[in-house]
Order: sequence, then C-alpha cells, then structure tokens
Amino acid sequence: MSTATAIHLPSQPRERPFFKKLQDGDQIAHLITLIFAAMVLLITVILVSELWAHSAPSRAKFGLNFFFSRVWDPVGGQFGAWPFIYGTIFTSLLSLLIAVPLGVGAAIFLSELAPPRMSNLFTFLIELLAAVPSVIFGLLAIFALVPLLRDYVEPYLQRTLGFLPFFTGPIYGIGYLAASMTLAIMIFPFIISISREALLAVPREQREAALALGATRWESTWQVVVPHARLGIIGSVFLALARAFGETMAVTMVIGNDPKVSASLFAPGYTIAAVIANEFTEATGDLYLSALVELGLVLFLLTMIINGLAQVMIVATTRKGSKHE
Amino acid sequence: MKKIVAVALLSLPLTGLAAAGAILLTGAGATFPNPMYSKWFDEYHKLHPDIQINYQSIGSGGGIRQVTEGTVDFGATDGPMNDQQLQEFKQKRNCDVLHFPTVLGADVPAYNLPGVTAVLNFTPDALAGIFLGKIKKWNDPELMKANAGVSLPDKDILVVHRSDGSGTTYVWVDYLSKVSEEWKTKVGKGTSVNWPVGLGGKGNEGVSGQVKNTPYTLGYVELIYAVQNKMSYGKVRNSSGSFIRADLNTVTLAAAAAAKDMPDDFRVSITNPPGKDAYPIASFTWLLVPDKIQDPSKRKVITDFLHWMLSDGQKLTEGLDYAQLTKQVVDKELKAIAKIQ
Amino acid sequence: MMNRTARRKLISQVMLGLTGLCTLITVSALFFILGYLIYNGARSLDWGFFTKLPLPPGENGGGMANAIVGSLVMVAIATLVGVPIGFIGGIYLAEFGGKTFSFLVRYTADLLNGVPSIVIGIFAWTVMVLPMHHFSAWAGGFALSLMLIPIGLRSSEHFLRSVPGSLREGALALGASKTRTILTVVVPAARQGILTGMILGVARISGETAPLLFTSLNNQFWSGGLGQPTASLPVMIFIRAISPYEDWHRQAWAAGLVLIAMVLIANIAARWVLSRGMSAQRG
Repeated sequence: MSTATAIHLPSQPRERPFFKKLQDGDQIAHLITLIFAAMVLLITVILVSELWAHSAPSRAKFGLNFFFSRVWDPVGGQFGAWPFIYGTIFTSLLSLLIAVPLGVGAAIFLSELAPPRMSNLFTFLIELLAAVPSVIFGLLAIFALVPLLRDYVEPYLQRTLGFLPFFTGPIYGIGYLAASMTLAIMIFPFIISISREALLAVPREQREAALALGATRWESTWQVVVPHARLGIIGSVFLALARAFGETMAVTMVIGNDPKVSASLFAPGYTIAAVIANEFTEATGDLYLSALVELGLVLFLLTMIINGLAQVMIVATTRKGSKHE
Repeated sequence: MKKIVAVALLSLPLTGLAAAGAILLTGAGATFPNPMYSKWFDEYHKLHPDIQINYQSIGSGGGIRQVTEGTVDFGATDGPMNDQQLQEFKQKRNCDVLHFPTVLGADVPAYNLPGVTAVLNFTPDALAGIFLGKIKKWNDPELMKANAGVSLPDKDILVVHRSDGSGTTYVWVDYLSKVSEEWKTKVGKGTSVNWPVGLGGKGNEGVSGQVKNTPYTLGYVELIYAVQNKMSYGKVRNSSGSFIRADLNTVTLAAAAAAKDMPDDFRVSITNPPGKDAYPIASFTWLLVPDKIQDPSKRKVITDFLHWMLSDGQKLTEGLDYAQLTKQVVDKELKAIAKIQ
Repeated sequence: MMNRTARRKLISQVMLGLTGLCTLITVSALFFILGYLIYNGARSLDWGFFTKLPLPPGENGGGMANAIVGSLVMVAIATLVGVPIGFIGGIYLAEFGGKTFSFLVRYTADLLNGVPSIVIGIFAWTVMVLPMHHFSAWAGGFALSLMLIPIGLRSSEHFLRSVPGSLREGALALGASKTRTILTVVVPAARQGILTGMILGVARISGETAPLLFTSLNNQFWSGGLGQPTASLPVMIFIRAISPYEDWHRQAWAAGLVLIAMVLIANIAARWVLSRGMSAQRG
C-alpha cells in the first residue's frame, strides 16, 4: 500500500465533512479491533464457565472430599482426585529434579563461557526441542527409553538403592520414572532459554567486581551472577513446572495408567491429564464424566496459579536488570 | 505459509469429492472385535464403494457413552448395557437401544515368561488371586499345583489390565465375580473397575503391547490379539474341572447352553458355563443400534449391513479366530432387525 | 595459601566443565530424537505412506494419506479462525487499547495460553461435539485455533509495539488517520515479525494431539467432510504407537518423521525470516 495517495489537510474548511468521516473511520476501526480482542476475553470466560457447569454433579456429590479421596471406582460411582493430583505433582517435581540442575548448568555455560556464536547456535537448537510435538516424545519414550529403564537402569537402581522406598516394587519399565524423565527432556528448553536470558541480563560490573576481588570464574558465577538472576531462574522453573503439569500425550504413553499412590519410582501411576485423555470418551454416566471435567478444572487452576507466579518473577527480574543499567 | 493454506484449501473440495454421494456412518466401541469389524467394514466398503462405515475402537465404555450421546450412529460393546444405562439411553435419545450379537470371542490369560514354553494352566482361584494382588509370584503354590513339571521362576507377576472402559474387562471380571466371592464383593464387575493391582493398557492393543514387550507380565486379551501377536496364553479350568484352551470349538461350546435360551434382548453372559469342553471366559459381542433411526438412507445401510453380517460376514470370522453365531441366534436376530424403524 | 587457591581453581574448572557437560547433554537430546526418528522412520517411509489409506489391524501395508490431509485441513481451519482474531486483537492492544480492558485481554490470553491442551479438548467437546452430535473436523480445527489465538495475539502486539513511534508520528503529522497509519505504515513495518509469530504458532498446533482426541476422533477412510470425524497425523501416531502390531509401529515412526520434519522446517524457516527481517530493519 503506498502512502503517496492524497492526504487531506485539516486546515481546509470545506473538507470538514470528509475529516469527520475519517474520524468515524478511526472509531469503526477501534470498534472492530475491540470486538476481536474481546473475543479472546469471551472465549476464556466461556471456557471456565463450561468447565464449572459440566463438573457440577461431581462437585455437588463429593465436595472438598474430592481432593483427598484415593478411590477411583467407576463401578461404585466413587471418584477421588488424590491419585491423579499426586501423580501430576510427583512426576512434575521429579522431572524438575532432573531438568533444573542440567538446565541451569547449561544456561550458565551458554551465558558465561560459550562464545556468542556458539551460545546463539546452541540456544537455537535447544529451543527447537520445544517445538517437537508431545506425541513424538511419547513415541521415543515407549521404544527407546522404556526398554532402557526396564532392562538396565531400574534393575541397577533396585540392586544398589533398593532399600529406599523409592526403588522398590516390580519393574515394568513404564511408570513414574519413565514419565518424569520424558518430562524432563521436554522442559529443558524453557529452563535453559529463560535462565540464560536472566543470566545475560546481569550487568557486567557485577562479574568484574567479583573477579577483581579475587574470585575464581566459578565463584563469581555461582556466588554473584546466579543469585542476581535468581528470580528469573526461579520464574523459568515455575514456567517449566506449569508445562509439566499440563503435559498429556507423552505422559499418557508411559505412566502406566494406574490410579494408585506409590512412593516407588518403578510403580505405574496416573496424572490428571492422562486420565482425562484415556477415559473421557468412555465415561459412562454423567457423574463419571463430571468427575473428569472437575479434574480438568483442578488442572486448569493449578497451572493458572503457577503460570501467574512465573510471570511475576520473570517480569520482576527484567525490571530489576534494567534498573541497574 | 500461503502455500500451506492454498494446498489445504485446494484439498478441501477433494475430501468432499472423495466422499461425494457417499453414505457415511460412524461407529465406536469395543476393541475386542476390532480386527473383525475393521475387516468387515473394509470388505463391505469394497462391495459397496459408496458406503463408508468408520469404526473407531475406543473401548466398550466409549461405545456405550457415544451412542448414548448420539455422537456416533452405532456403538459396540462386549459388556451388555445394564438397566441403568438403558434408562439413560432412553432418556437422552427418546428411543430404545438394541443389542445385536455379532461374533463370539474369548478373553485369554496372556503372559510373557521367558524360558517357559509350556502352556500354563490357570485355576479360577489362581486368576482371582493374581488380580486381587494376593498371589504375587510366578512360583506361588497355587500356580505350581496346576502346572506340575513346569519350572516357574521366582519372579513377581506383573499384572496388566485395561485403563479404559472395556467390555473385555467386563467379560473378565464377570467371570472372576462368578468364581470368586472375594472378587465379587471387593471389586465387582463393570467396564471399568477399581483394580487392586497392575498396570493399565489402553485397549486390547495397549495390553497386548505391554505383555508382549515386558517379561513376567500377565494380562487378559481377546484371543485374536494373542494369536496375531504370537503371545503365549494359558488354559483355564472350567466348571467341569477340565483345563481348556480357547479356540473356535471351545468358544462355540461355551455359547451352546445360552444359545438355546437366548433372551429377546440378547443380553446374556456366557462366562463359566456348563459343558465339558466349554471355554469358561467367552463372550458374545454386540453392536448397539438405536431402534429409531431418522435418516432413511442410514437406516437402510445399517439394516442391510446387519443382514450381510449375519450371512456373508459370518463366513469371515474363522479366519480371525472368532467363532460364528449359531443358527438359532442368527434367526432370532434377523427377526429383531425388523424392530429398527 | 597456594593449596587453597589451587583447590579453588580446580573446583572452578571442574564446575565449569560440568556446565559444559550439561549443555552437551541437553543439546544432544535434539540430535538423539532426530536421529532415532530418521533411522526408524526413513526405513518405513515410502510413496505408499503418502497415498494409501490405513488397513485393518494385522494387515501389513497401507499408509496415512487421509491423516496427512486431515491434519492439513484442521490446521487450515484453525489458522483461518485463529490468525484474524490474534492479529486484529493484537492491533487493538498495540494501537487502541485502554488500560483496564487491555490488561484483562492480555491476562486472559495468557490464561488461555496456559490451559493444558487436554482441557482445551474438553471445552471444544462441550461447545462443538455435544451440540452437533458429531465428531468433526470443525471441532478439531476449533480446538486448535484456541491454542493459536494467544500466540498470535501476543506476538502481533509485540511486533506492532516494536515499530518505532517516529514512524507513526510521521504519518499522523502528514494528516493520515489512525486507521490509515496502522494499515499502511505500522503493520507493513511489523509484518515480518507477525508472520514469524504466526508460523511458529501454526507449527506448534500442527503437532498437537490431545485437543483432537475427542473432537475429530479419527477415521479409517477419507473424511466425509468437515462435519465428520477426521484422521490426523498426531492421533494416528498415538494409536499406532501403543498397539502391539509391528507394522503399525513402523507406520508410527514414519508418521513421526513426517510430522517432525514439517514442524522443524516451519520453525527454522520462521526464525530465519525473522532474523533477516531484523537485520534488514537495522540496516
């Protein structure tokens, strides 16, 4: 579109009717864009209300007990969310345990040590990992990870650490450990990317001051730079946690689909997202279906809270970083 | 980006063209007969290229649910709908639902025991005990008793059950409820139950996959899945005391007693039947069809298909290790088809 | 004290070496995934994969032609619905927005972005599948569009905002109306970034499975139309992967390779476009 079309100068009095039309044009545009923006608001409101409405039978029948009951019995009509909440939290926390040290370590390397071109290239590659669809992670988990766990890793863990409750029980290959490791790989990119940004935002003077005082490279990094960026790093961890909570396909394929609560990493379990994916199309009876929708609502609320916290922390870091510039 | 949109837009009419003038039916449900139904609908499509019957195996629970909601034209289940579910159907769809038996199949105890080539014998107590979590090891006395001469390993039994709402499950727990009072009171029967132990696989496909890939597992699957995937499956002791392996003959015998007294709505359980050589964990599997179908072309397709299924379709069953329906049942069904308005 | 300093230096080197190891592990994850997919998928990929329909279980052969087309169709629906809402909504936020309303819109967009894809599937089921009494491509496309909207909205707003105020002011000073300024000056300046954001969003939703599980279901045959159940690549991969049939596993690998190729190419292309655009702007 060329800007060379005729433009009316507002000083000419006989143009006023046209000028008015231009103003109206602006108002129309304002209105149109407002409507589209409002659609986003509307959709989200409807989503929450639909979840609320369709979970009504379950909420009415079980009340708060829903969160603490371990029983998931479609025959008897008893539904409790605890095994799924436990599984969701357990697998997500375990995946953080694996991903955070690796991720923060990589972020440190990429922000402090790697030459800029290498850092950018590697970050690009890691961010591509975030684009890989969940079902493909699941595919690889089933055929590459699970046999490895079943035949080598879990028996080894059982032999060496079998006295701990975390490493007891029969070895299927599938279960909490498989799901957590898969999740860990899926959340690397979030932790690395955002932590790296947070670390890069730390002013040079901080590093230089530490080094000038005689700190080693590591000491300067670990004791000065990282604490300075800690809000951003923690924010990235929360973001990754929210992502892990909602992850469906990869987890469904390797968690074992057993609504039980177990401390053992080898045991099969269940997460909220996985049970919805597996049982939604076949929930016979409205109570069953509404229990699943209520689980969806719980998941939604959980991720909303954690995402909110993450945003607050990440925004706080960037603001803090720019304050010192 | 523009190219992607252009290709997609161009292919939109193509998808329409491919099915232009075609009559499309959607059905969903049991995984138990999925190999059979897939074959049937494929063959039927070859015979009538303008008819497409899309069947998705999402589990019997799914079949019951979706046909009740009206999101599919027919359902399929190996666990017949109970009275409450029939009521719900009537409320939601303003008509009744009819059960049409299609084939006979069997649930077999499939296992993965490296090094054991013998076909294992399972007593009812053994099966109930394993699935209740009371029998934990392969070399448990209850199992050793029935399998003299077989060296069973001192390893945990890894139980695999269904994670989805399943008619295959229904058949299995229906049997367990009949042979074990403890199972009946503690767990009961349904398409989805509160399993005391075990891992959940999705569909017969998922359970087969699990058992096939994991040593020391025991799960229940439909016979054809065990056969197609070359899995070991055991014999089960029937009510007459003999250890029977599931095959076309023993499954047909299981239905013999029931076939004589088939109720009008075809909802019948044939687990643990009388009969010297009858296999104890067999079942009919049913198509769920509403008795009022508004669309005349769809009604015709369904009634025509049912006729075909009961005649030519039955000839294809043995190739996939499902047993045919007996003539009595077929006759009774042919009469029932007239109920579809 | 030499000892202590030497030890500190050693610790420094070891720890920094460890961080390098961490990087190596995380970066290699991508190569491992790609390698595995290429190794298993390429062997199974043949021309039939793209042109044939799936066969009943237990029969070897067949392909996923209907799933590929189904995926393209539903992604197209999602794009047609989601891109305008995201783009025009983004214009509102960047150019017109009032304080509270904009804040609400941004907040709910972030909320929508954070909704787990399975819950989006539930929502699409309640508003589209139930009333229509049909699993359909419309429902699947709608579910996917819900995931595209927040991505499109945020990226449009971001890149529109990043257009320097001087460009806007120049146009307004010449007497252009706000609308004309936006349409003829701001948007063209931001178009590379917006396009990139949209491409990345589309790439993301084309790999999503969960929202499709109970909206478009699946189909053995060519879909009968947009109001009928439709096959899609991600759902096919899921079903094939958890089955016991070797042939189906083979197909899952092939489909996985096709899917990841599509997604990665779109991602790399988008980022390359963006980086070129940025440098062109600076130049």
